[in-house]
Amino acid sequence: MTTIELPASPAPASAAASRAHRVFARSARWRWEEIAFWVLAAASIVVFPTHLVLIAQVLITGLFALSFDLLVGYAGIPSLGHAAFFGLGAYTAGLLARAGWGEPISGLLAAALVAGIFGLVLSVVVSRLTGIALIMITLGVGLLLYEAAHSARDLTGGDDGLSGITMWPVLGQFQFDFYGRTAVIYTFVVVFLLYLVARRIVNSPFGLELKGIRENVRRVPAIGIPLRYRYMVAFTLSAALAGVAGALLAQITQTVALSSLGFDRSASVLIMVMIGGMGTLIGALVGAAAYMVAQDQLSALNPVYWDFWVGLLLVLFVLFARGGLIGGVDRLVVWIQSKRKRS
Amino acid sequence: MIGSFLYILFSGVAYGVLLFLMSAGLAVTQGLMRFANLAHAAFAMLGGYLAVTLMNGYGWPFLLTLPVAAFGTAIFAAVLERVLFRRFYNVSQLYQIMLTVGIVSMSAAAVTFIWGPTNQPVTMPAYLSGSSNVGGFSVDHYRLFLIVAGGLVVWGLIWAIDRTSFGAKIRAAVDNRRVAMSCGINVDRLFMSSFFIGSALAGLGGALSINLIGLSPTFAVDFLALVLIVVTLGGQGSMKGTLGAALLLGVLDVAGKYYIPQTGPFITYAVTVVVLFWKPNGLFVPA
Repeated sequence: MTTIELPASPAPASAAASRAHRVFARSARWRWEEIAFWVLAAASIVVFPTHLVLIAQVLITGLFALSFDLLVGYAGIPSLGHAAFFGLGAYTAGLLARAGWGEPISGLLAAALVAGIFGLVLSVVVSRLTGIALIMITLGVGLLLYEAAHSARDLTGGDDGLSGITMWPVLGQFQFDFYGRTAVIYTFVVVFLLYLVARRIVNSPFGLELKGIRENVRRVPAIGIPLRYRYMVAFTLSAALAGVAGALLAQITQTVALSSLGFDRSASVLIMVMIGGMGTLIGALVGAAAYMVAQDQLSALNPVYWDFWVGLLLVLFVLFARGGLIGGVDRLVVWIQSKRKRS
Repeated sequence: MIGSFLYILFSGVAYGVLLFLMSAGLAVTQGLMRFANLAHAAFAMLGGYLAVTLMNGYGWPFLLTLPVAAFGTAIFAAVLERVLFRRFYNVSQLYQIMLTVGIVSMSAAAVTFIWGPTNQPVTMPAYLSGSSNVGGFSVDHYRLFLIVAGGLVVWGLIWAIDRTSFGAKIRAAVDNRRVAMSCGINVDRLFMSSFFIGSALAGLGGALSINLIGLSPTFAVDFLALVLIVVTLGGQGSMKGTLGAALLLGVLDVAGKYYIPQTGPFITYAVTVVVLFWKPNGLFVPA
């Protein structure tokens, strides 16, 4: 991975370098939406002490959506099987803890490793494909893993899922408690740190290359960027992040359900990223939060109607608001500013 | 041994014919416009529900419901194409996927709302149920009907693609859309008509599949993967490739369920993934 070290004070030599420096500095600036999201997330832990598990799950799903946004919103690689990596991470962490190693942070690392290696292997093929074959292979691998976990009852528990996971205290200090206090703080810290990592990645020259791939696949190799390797790195990183998200869910709920590998999860993450705003990172978190909170509030309704409205929402967003919520807010801000300038 | 082998071949080909009917339209439209229509299996589902409604609600004979199911589905799909899909031909494939995933999600919910969540019961006419014994080999009437009727449709399609000017235009446009347009072929209209025909086939496939597979609101999602597999393995835009892939998958699926029933569709997915690793552009396309 290539990262840029922004020189602190001495000005870059040439004018072009200084312009590049300014571009990176501008894109790396914190947007107010990001600050607002994290402040609200932290505040919600204090304000809703009875909903800590939900808050933790929102953050985890947000991390999963974030990993998907890296793939779809930045590199422009569509996938219909992203749950494969989430589920792999979840089962890795769950099986590790069941085997007697309940240390949470090394569990996350193991999950990232397993999901990342799987992603790397898959990326060798994926980087050669386009169009419907690409969608097919991601969908196929997702279904394959689901069926494998479904059949391998001895290892995964099949339909019943994996239970009996015992976690050790975080850092040897903080025991997971019944109310989810430790769980939510642990999740918050992990997801926030990984958010910083993802931010760093997309604001690096590597991130810019990914955006270039998304905007014009043909031009990127023409200026000397090895397309295939960029695809592979993006895919692997995204897989590893999704694996961590799965591992977090396994650790804080102390179960792994078969649905962690399911098609529904792959489809819903698509919806979350679209609703929030693709290619913005924070949009993935906002979309996941909006989706999860709405689902929680509307769970009294028949789930069938939920599917209908979610599908309709997806169609409407893709028709009229491809920037998602974040894009909409951005447009609103620009509109207000232009009005103010005129008056 | 021979008996079970023949059974697998027979049932597998019958299933393969169904898969072909449900995928043929997608293969052509995908080849023409590179439009990733994940909702194609939802069209097949609609055809199935139309047939069930006519049979159970209005007492129509089964054979008569088939053309109505095909035609009704085609009209619905054509409206959808003109109103929604056509806006998405020139945008990123990502948006096409999102649009059609949204439609699949809505279709499952809408079908549950109208017809309920349970499996739809159907009774086939007497001449299509039961089986007869031919030389010690039990021939299921319905499957035989599928192979014969489906075989006719397949033959007609391949003939039309190979021998008619409509087919020649389609082949030209699949090969190179821009050059075809510069030769004066109206690709937009070509696409519209092939979309119409393809959806009609899907609706027909859906109606024919009720007796074999059953019909419930998860149909569109369940067959989404299979239809995509057929089209991907067959190679976009190739009728014969699609047919080969559909038959292969049909036989493979039946064989897997016969010999190793506990693995479910695992075998099908595993073979698909392995084949795609090896030949990403389709089984019958030189790599």
